Amino acid sequence: MGPGAALAAGVTGSLPAQALNGIFAGSIYALFAVGYTLVFGVLDILNLAHSAVFMLGAVFAYGLVVAVGVPFWLAVLLATLACAAIGFGIELVAFRPLRRRGAPPIGALLTSIGLALIFVNLTEVRFGANSQRFPERVALSGALRLGSLVLPDAKVASLVLSLALAAALGYVVRRTRTGRAIRAVAENPKAAQLMGIDVDAVIAWTLVVSSALGAVAGILYGLSQADVNPFMGRDQIELKGLAVIVLGGMGSIPGAVLAGYLLGLAEVAAAVFLGSNISSGVAFAMLFVALVAVPGGLLRGRTARRV
Amino acid sequence: MQFFTQLLTDPLGFYRAHQLLLAQVGINALLTLSMYITLRAGMLTLANVGFMAVGAYTSVLLHLHGHLPLALTVLVGALAAGLLALPIGIPTLRLSGVFLAIATIGFGQVVVAAILNVPITGEGRGLTIPDASSSLLPAYLSLVVVVYVLWRLRRTRLGMAWDAIREDAPAAEAQGIDVARYRLLAFVLGAVLAGYAGALEARINFFIDTSLYSFQRVVGVLVFAVFGGIGRVAGPLVGSATLTALPEIIRFARQYRDTVYGVILIALVIFRPRGLIGGRTGRARPAPPRERAPS
Repeated sequence: MGPGAALAAGVTGSLPAQALNGIFAGSIYALFAVGYTLVFGVLDILNLAHSAVFMLGAVFAYGLVVAVGVPFWLAVLLATLACAAIGFGIELVAFRPLRRRGAPPIGALLTSIGLALIFVNLTEVRFGANSQRFPERVALSGALRLGSLVLPDAKVASLVLSLALAAALGYVVRRTRTGRAIRAVAENPKAAQLMGIDVDAVIAWTLVVSSALGAVAGILYGLSQADVNPFMGRDQIELKGLAVIVLGGMGSIPGAVLAGYLLGLAEVAAAVFLGSNISSGVAFAMLFVALVAVPGGLLRGRTARRV
Repeated sequence: MQFFTQLLTDPLGFYRAHQLLLAQVGINALLTLSMYITLRAGMLTLANVGFMAVGAYTSVLLHLHGHLPLALTVLVGALAAGLLALPIGIPTLRLSGVFLAIATIGFGQVVVAAILNVPITGEGRGLTIPDASSSLLPAYLSLVVVVYVLWRLRRTRLGMAWDAIREDAPAAEAQGIDVARYRLLAFVLGAVLAGYAGALEARINFFIDTSLYSFQRVVGVLVFAVFGGIGRVAGPLVGSATLTALPEIIRFARQYRDTVYGVILIALVIFRPRGLIGGRTGRARPAPPRERAPS
């Protein structure tokens, strides 16, 4: 099992404490998946470099805090901005050239995998393959106490930030002019272009925002799990992110949030009742059943066409 | 470049030095063809690695505990994967696109979780096959047979039905093609081939554990297939051979190997968007007006 398997599984404590763990894990899944689903909604493309950006966010923040000595919150901001810029780079390198050439959409899957390989490899060379943790003196190392429940600050921050960011994104997409442009491109890029929308710019912004959200998810994960390493986005996070966006209805932001929490809770429930080894399998078995029963996802966005 | 100089000047030495790599090329080619079959029928299914695990574990367990000969267990492993594909395929194949992909990825994860929880499979520690053989013959012999069959299939009713379904499933249905049945057939055949490749791989490696069946592996196989181009049978072969050997070829890049691999992958996809040898559009030629499949 990858390190991500431990995100919700293998926790100990009373039932309410377990449920809280599920909610904390769910908020990270949700935040990761919101950015993922946004790009899919607009481009009909799975950006498989998203999990590498998730990792880069945590690694950048760690590097800034530990090697440069930047205050934690500033490091979070800078790392997020850096990843936003990388999101723009992903669009320029992996997606735009393919659109220009009218390549089949599955090509974008390959170019984004290529970028993920590059990001992970360069990080491994520069950062080392070992897992690191944010030092204790960093902000958010305390905990809130509610009766017998101990709520680590890092996890509370995950919950609050992921809900706030997802709500902000939902507001932008639903209520603003930019959001209207994004929805127009998602609906029909050609028609949007004819209406005077700069399609390339909208897609670039979508990747920038998505990558920034992915970076925040990575930082929160690295902080609350005390685990920052070049491979932290691979396998479990990537796969669960996919599961979450499908379960939520491809392209649906509220759906991704809801499905993220459901997955977090389902994993904890499986770990409690069936043992921690089996929890990730149970999550996917549930997903399988859910897909067969509700093929369009929980909150149906636009139905997906071919990949 | 030492890779090519040795290949050309000293083939025997090359064979000795790269035997494992050559074995892996053969196995990966079989796996990629298993994905090619489903892609050919217009389905992106990612259960291949799960079926591979089923084939491998069934074969190894039968060999270790049932004391059956290895060759027989490999076949049984492949059949077991095919049988399991029926109950998985029937409910899932009405999904399409990404939904189908994700539902089938889930299957691979469930298989791995099951292996990790059943004591007879060695759980996380894996299984060792003491009397396996690293001979390349079985893999390459089967590869020749599979390629020949798939190549012959192009012009048959089955091959043309798959093409029609891939290009436009509703139109194929309207033509009287039983879309659900042909899709299920592709899924089951893909599973048999994946199970077979998994069982052969176990035999060549002397050892199996669940790390062989990760999500990265599925993605890798998909990359092989698309990279080579799925317009022809040769596409997956070229794709898997090139990309399996590539890390060895670019050894000079040392710790930056994955970066160089990534750069080459991106460049080739941008400049050859339909695959390395998918030069033609990758679409079926317009079907000649022949008799239609009976409804």
